[in-house]
Amino acid sequence: MSQDKQDRKVIVFQLRDEEYAVPVTRVGSIERIMQITRIPRTEHFIKGVINLKGVVTPIVDLRARFGSEEVPYGDATRIIIVYYKDMEIGLVVDAAKDVIDIPESIIEPAPAVIGTVDADYIEGVAKLESRLLILLDLEKVLDKQEAALMQLDA
Amino acid sequence: MDTAQYLDIFLDESREHLETVSVKLLELEKNPEEKAIIEEIFRAAHTLKGMSATMGYNDLANLTHKLENVFDGIRYDKIKVSPEMIDIMFAAVDHLTAMIEDVAAGGDGTRDVEEVVNFLQILEKGESPKETAAPVAEKAAAGTSSGMAGLDEFEMTILGESKERGFSNFEISVTLTESCLLKGARVFMIFEILEKLGEVIKSEPAVSELEEENFDHSFTVLFVSKHDLEEIEEKVKKVSEVESVSVKLFSIDQFRSSQEEEKPEKTVVETEVQQPASEQEKKEAPAKKQAKAQQNKTIRVNIERLDILMNLFEELLIDRGRLEQISVDLNHSDLQETVERMSRVSGDLQNIILTMRMVPVDQVFSRFPRMIRQLARDLDKNVEIEITGAETELDRTVIDEIGDPLVHLIRNAIDHGVEKPAERAAKGKPEQGTIKLEAYHSGNHVFIEISDDGAGINREKVLAKALKNGVVTPEQGKAMTDQQINQLIMSSGFSTAETISDVSGRGVGLDVVKNTIESLGGSISIESEMNKGSVFSIQLPLTLSIISALLVELKEEKYAIPLSSIIETAIIHKEQIFHAHSKKVIDIRGKVIPLVFLSDVFEVPTIAEEESDYISVVIVKKGEKIAGLVVDSFIGQQEVVLKSLGDYLSSTFAISGATILGDGQVALIIDSNALVK
Repeated sequence: MSQDKQDRKVIVFQLRDEEYAVPVTRVGSIERIMQITRIPRTEHFIKGVINLKGVVTPIVDLRARFGSEEVPYGDATRIIIVYYKDMEIGLVVDAAKDVIDIPESIIEPAPAVIGTVDADYIEGVAKLESRLLILLDLEKVLDKQEAALMQLDA
Repeated sequence: MDTAQYLDIFLDESREHLETVSVKLLELEKNPEEKAIIEEIFRAAHTLKGMSATMGYNDLANLTHKLENVFDGIRYDKIKVSPEMIDIMFAAVDHLTAMIEDVAAGGDGTRDVEEVVNFLQILEKGESPKETAAPVAEKAAAGTSSGMAGLDEFEMTILGESKERGFSNFEISVTLTESCLLKGARVFMIFEILEKLGEVIKSEPAVSELEEENFDHSFTVLFVSKHDLEEIEEKVKKVSEVESVSVKLFSIDQFRSSQEEEKPEKTVVETEVQQPASEQEKKEAPAKKQAKAQQNKTIRVNIERLDILMNLFEELLIDRGRLEQISVDLNHSDLQETVERMSRVSGDLQNIILTMRMVPVDQVFSRFPRMIRQLARDLDKNVEIEITGAETELDRTVIDEIGDPLVHLIRNAIDHGVEKPAERAAKGKPEQGTIKLEAYHSGNHVFIEISDDGAGINREKVLAKALKNGVVTPEQGKAMTDQQINQLIMSSGFSTAETISDVSGRGVGLDVVKNTIESLGGSISIESEMNKGSVFSIQLPLTLSIISALLVELKEEKYAIPLSSIIETAIIHKEQIFHAHSKKVIDIRGKVIPLVFLSDVFEVPTIAEEESDYISVVIVKKGEKIAGLVVDSFIGQQEVVLKSLGDYLSSTFAISGATILGDGQVALIIDSNALVK
């Protein structure tokens, strides 16, 4: 099935008890949790910055971004470095699972409400055997204006 | 040929050559007889032509070619230098610049240049553009009967060398029959024969013109060959429809003496030695390259690579810090010695990397003489520019930003500063105004001063305007020092010129200038004296990437405050804090200083800690205003590498950037300007 040219290679990570996916082409690296320097007076989901090989990189906590309960970072916690508008941004997730190929054909549009995340941030869902992968729309997740709107709704 | 990979080099070098042409044109206007200047312009234009032709930008090559022809004419005194002519040349250079920028932006470098080409052709014929204003139809080759119009240096070299290597130089004049129909084809056949016998150095008209049949019936070629005169004549005559062929020996010495008697140049002795043609070709290339290599022994490096190098080096520094810590902990003498040596080497390395990013301010300054010339002409003023210290070096990032503010200040100096010649004469000053541009190093800063000997700042006018605009109150105005008044012209909404001109005076400029300079970590001050002139002095940091900072602690967080904004630090007992207008202030040597509690401003998470009776205060300034920033403790002074927080966090309050500390942690840099009110 990997012969199928319509496959999409994604990185799967865990947030609460759900599995999310972002395309590998958008991921720079996956880092263990490291010292994060807090940035005062900024959006609540921006946890601060890290020193990523000499580059000061902002860190977004996805739990905080989606308004779910925040937990202390543990051994499994990972920072997924993604590319967004020529920048690198780190996403804090509960755990990074694996890299898999999803056939384009099984990706379905997002249902109105799925799990914790508003459908607006979801590009689609993929049912894979017993798993349900939620494909995140990074542009919207990282857009600060979107985030401000969400704050208003809440 | 795939030329894409050379595009960057082409663009860089083209810009450089155009720059040279611009600069030299200005010099030429001042010294029209100076042959060395013309040679240099010619060389730059020639290289540019060659490069653009290779890259396939034909319009660019054509226009440069026309320009080159005019320079050629100047070189051989066929054309006289005049200000009108220089204007046309500048127009051509402008077109070329626009074409290059078009190429840089991904275009194909085409552009409508007919007008300027026509003018150039008029110039080329040695006429004044004023007399013949109407465009003249293309007829580049003037009179073939007069033989060779001019040879460039390169051609001269070949001709000169050919003799040393045993070739003879011939001048061959061919006339085709009146009835000849396919002139182009005949020319082609003749050239084919000639190529077999030797090498065509130059033809009049040019080969391209000949191929397009843009000639009457005769043409002349300069030809290098080891065959004899008769043999050549014989072979060329075999081509049908050739009416007459005249082959004569061409003497380069005679040519030189006839063309340029006053030009001292070593003569080449004619000898007759046999040498194959291919070897001669080999000789040409290195001769040309050598001349170039002597000019500049540098390589071009993409600035991005330097940034990467810098980043990698910083990582190394962080590891060095760790290693130093480990060696102290282990107390192993060999290890300590090695680490110390490594520290020294990396210190040297740091200096080298930083200096690699430095470029001379000349890159910015060099465009000003031309701008001033144009402006002065537009405004009917007589202005001269004096530049000193153009070799002073600044960080590349500063150079990139400083151009526009300087342009504005210079425009300002010409428009508002320097008076019209008549007015100057009435004041007993020389009619020609002078603008001085000076750059120099001092400590960790570079100073750039722009001074003019013009009218100076009129205190009354500035004050009246400031009152009218409500920038100051009458009471404030009376108490203001001259220095403070001068600073007023840099507040927004200010323009004291009675009529608003095209050049400056929309009143949006000087405050923008001030902001730009301050955003670069610099400052600007003005000194002025009525009728004597004004001096705008800009102070800039040597580099933007490394600054001295004081590291401080707020609870468990570390922050850096740039030393440039700190006046002093103090430790003060809590009892010395007063309340004024519900604000906490302290009194230091009779001066009341408002306090800013950084832990509150930055919402630092509180941790249970025993309250101390003393507070640590960093006193910072913003212009004339000062404030005391309250911190938990001072860590110490350190050179830190400035890093941007990136676009995602660009609007963070009171934070101007970040730096990476020795332990790899990120510390934020405080923008104290935002905290002083």
